[in-house]
Amino acid sequence: MTPPPLGRALAAAAVGGVLGSLARYGLTEWHAVGTGFPWTVFAINVVGSALLAALPAFAVVRRSPLLGVFLGTGVMGGFTTMSAASAETVTLFEHNRDLTAFCYVAGTLVAALVAVAVVDRWSTAAARADAEESGVDE
Amino acid sequence: MALGAAVGAPARLLAGRALDRTVHWGTLLVNLLGSALLGWLVGHGVGTDAMTLWGTGFCGAFTTYSAVAVQSVNKGGWRGLAYAVITVVACLGVAWLGYALAR
Repeated sequence: MTPPPLGRALAAAAVGGVLGSLARYGLTEWHAVGTGFPWTVFAINVVGSALLAALPAFAVVRRSPLLGVFLGTGVMGGFTTMSAASAETVTLFEHNRDLTAFCYVAGTLVAALVAVAVVDRWSTAAARADAEESGVDE
Repeated sequence: MALGAAVGAPARLLAGRALDRTVHWGTLLVNLLGSALLGWLVGHGVGTDAMTLWGTGFCGAFTTYSAVAVQSVNKGGWRGLAYAVITVVACLGVAWLGYALAR
């Protein structure tokens, strides 16, 4: 599948990125965590990773590369964040909450990778079943 | 916030298209740059408005956790795991560096 033209891809990433970021901003404003375990960004990163892995399960996404850029690079990329996870960890260390910081770093990574691995098995199977059902499709 | 995100996400797409190969250099680069910048902003203690625009908006949308997790699982095995661990540890390192430099 060929990637969409650059101009349209950039526009799709921008619009999706704004939507994903607004959702992240809304959640972090709604549930501020102070210097405790940063559950909000933890949940955002794990759920966003799982959702990105789920996208190939949907035939409409597989058939439209532009929609894939909008939802994947845009919405999920904008929703999840490496910078906030890193900066929050630095802040935890600065407050001498070393154990919380370590659990946050390791916990986010393990949870995100496990979530993606589980969803990936399901979405790959779903995509294959759909392709077989609809005959020669790709 | 939206303005920062509207710039950050397409910039990440450009970096990915230009530099992502077998090793996802583009994704790694945006995550490092964004984490260092956010660490610097936090260390500098910028005001709420600047933090919302540059931190939550730009850095948040520029960097990504989901792509790293999915790229890592797709790569698979120890190489995939190494890519994710190196990204997370290096981003933490540069975020701390940015923070320390701004203090």
